[in-house]
Amino acid sequence: MTLAIANVTKRFGDFTAVDNLNLTIEQGSMYGFLGANGAGKTTTFRMILGLLTPNEGHVLWNGKPISYATSPQIGYLPEERGLYPKMKVEDQLIFLGQLRGMSKGDAKRAIAHWLARFEVPQYASKRVEELSKGNQQKIQVIASLMHDPKLLILDEPFSGLDPVNVEMLKDAIIDFRNNGATIVFSSHRMDHVEELCEQLSIMSHGKQLVQGSLREVKRNFGKKNVRIKSDFDLTNLANIAGVNEMKTSLEGAVFQIDDEAVANTLLTNALAQGPIRHFEIEEPSLQDIFIAKVGKEHA
Amino acid sequence: MREFWIIFKQAFMTKAKTKSFVITTIIMMLGIVLMTNITTVIDKVSDLTGSGEADTLTLLIEDDALYQNIAQHLNDKSYDFTIKRAKQDEQALIDEVKKDKLDAFAKVELTTDEQLVATYQTSSMMDDKGAMLQEILQAIQTEKQAEKLSLTQTEVQTLFAPVQFEEKNISASAKSEAELGQARVLVYVLMFLIYFAVILYSGMIATEVATEKSSRVMEILISSVSPVKHMFAKVIGIGMLGIVQMILLGLTGFIAVRTSSATGDIGEFMKFSDVNPMTLVYGVIFFLLGYFLYATLAALLGSLVSRIEDVQQMIMPMTILIVIAFIIAMSGLGNPELAYLKWASYFPFFTPLVMFMRVGLLDLPMWEPLLAIAIMLITIGILGWFGARVYRGGVLMYGPSRSLKDIKKAIQLGKE
Repeated sequence: MTLAIANVTKRFGDFTAVDNLNLTIEQGSMYGFLGANGAGKTTTFRMILGLLTPNEGHVLWNGKPISYATSPQIGYLPEERGLYPKMKVEDQLIFLGQLRGMSKGDAKRAIAHWLARFEVPQYASKRVEELSKGNQQKIQVIASLMHDPKLLILDEPFSGLDPVNVEMLKDAIIDFRNNGATIVFSSHRMDHVEELCEQLSIMSHGKQLVQGSLREVKRNFGKKNVRIKSDFDLTNLANIAGVNEMKTSLEGAVFQIDDEAVANTLLTNALAQGPIRHFEIEEPSLQDIFIAKVGKEHA
Repeated sequence: MREFWIIFKQAFMTKAKTKSFVITTIIMMLGIVLMTNITTVIDKVSDLTGSGEADTLTLLIEDDALYQNIAQHLNDKSYDFTIKRAKQDEQALIDEVKKDKLDAFAKVELTTDEQLVATYQTSSMMDDKGAMLQEILQAIQTEKQAEKLSLTQTEVQTLFAPVQFEEKNISASAKSEAELGQARVLVYVLMFLIYFAVILYSGMIATEVATEKSSRVMEILISSVSPVKHMFAKVIGIGMLGIVQMILLGLTGFIAVRTSSATGDIGEFMKFSDVNPMTLVYGVIFFLLGYFLYATLAALLGSLVSRIEDVQQMIMPMTILIVIAFIIAMSGLGNPELAYLKWASYFPFFTPLVMFMRVGLLDLPMWEPLLAIAIMLITIGILGWFGARVYRGGVLMYGPSRSLKDIKKAIQLGKE
């Protein structure tokens, strides 16, 4: 159950939405797509779903192209909404479940199970438009995974959810992965991707800027952060050779460095000025990498 | 095929269960019952409001003999009003009429040369007592003049005997007068139903498709079922809804007419006993064809917009087509043999109304409606094929698309 995207390019007229995308997602793993708006994430998802055909390259699921015959194995959560506003939650979920090949009885059982799990059983007979955005999002998530798909594609699954519900949803997704499903999702939230995904891609303007496992991505980035907490002014340390950038915070500052050797210089210099309360060499966060990669493109 | 039925059922059931659908259907059914019993209703209403007052006509007459004569005539024939002699003078009566105390009054005088001169003054628009009074006065004057000329009763009758005059249309395609009168009403009613249903249901389809697009359900739907299947399931599902509604209205109409308490000419008229049953068959055929033609077009147009607010603007050209068809067909009710009607009846977007009107009012050779039906079927086929191509891409298009130019873009996207 491997999803393979090989040399995929998608053009709309003169506009290249996705440019030579390559990636392989193993069964039971979670893959994160990061990218600003218009980076080509949704187009990529639509190609995976078979709604759009790539101009070049191909998308293979389990060695075969995705077609309507495989649709019961796939769950899709489109970005925002994706439900009939006027239909009742249960009717709607039964309808969508049946479309994915479930029987009415199975659909009802799955709906009861998931509504209970997401702690919203009381909404079964409400119309979707009556629910809050967060609760609509939960119903939409149920619609995408109630039929136990083998491949789950989630476009911005956490948008509009409060922290408690984000945890609830994360647990559900992790359970799904542990049961062997392959999960692809996109997010603006770096922390979610960092926490959940073994592998990721950062996209910008249709190009894949960074690709690989979280550890590889961080290692290949080459830069590290040094966090120093101190009561005296640290700004002069920014002039040390090898320091790319400095950000001051209330308690001290964070320095971005190219080489771990620079960290020693930083520490010696800092200690020479006075006592420090905290010193740490950190892996770069995904946020830093994203901003460094995509921010450069934008500028 | 399974997905087709799921979407078909969903399109049908969610609409059929809405309050607005149930309520409008019930209101229309009540309306039909009311219309077919309109004479009874009017009688009941006038009984209740007790318009007895209005049935007395005040006469201002100086001549006693003349008043007696009029009273005599009123008794002889069955006029449904009585007369009473005014006590006031003319000016007082006029004031009373103006103040609405009196419906009407008539001043009748006999001139020196035995001519009757009458002035009928009323404040009401719907008053037939004047005409009846005129009839009576005419009779009295005729009698007086006959007497003066010493004519016998028989001689007078001979003098006033009406000519035997009968009108017959011997054109091959014309129907008899009785037939035509009833056919005209039936065709008018059915034409209106077709017009109304086509506008209502094709609008519903366009809105449905746009709703699915704007709520992004569409992406989920077309990832499990092909857009073409989805489009046709939708069109047929909503079509079924229309058929059910029309059957309900038709049955109500049929039962109401059969059990209608209306008597006399109107009652006879409403039995439609002289109407060719083929008119009804054509009505059903043109209803279905008209619906599928416009519904396919509506689905195509609906797939191009991404916001519900833009639907009306997008389907405007289509709505105008239906309205033009309706106006042309209406213009032919009076004279269905006009040449332009013949040409219009073969234009597929006009056929459901114009050809139906012609086939209902004229005895057309069989090939004419059949040819029009064939043209429509072909057009529906082409539109379905073309619509499916636009739809495939249209449903994936987002952004401010609200012009017909986007059709090209949609086809392009659908191909990729």
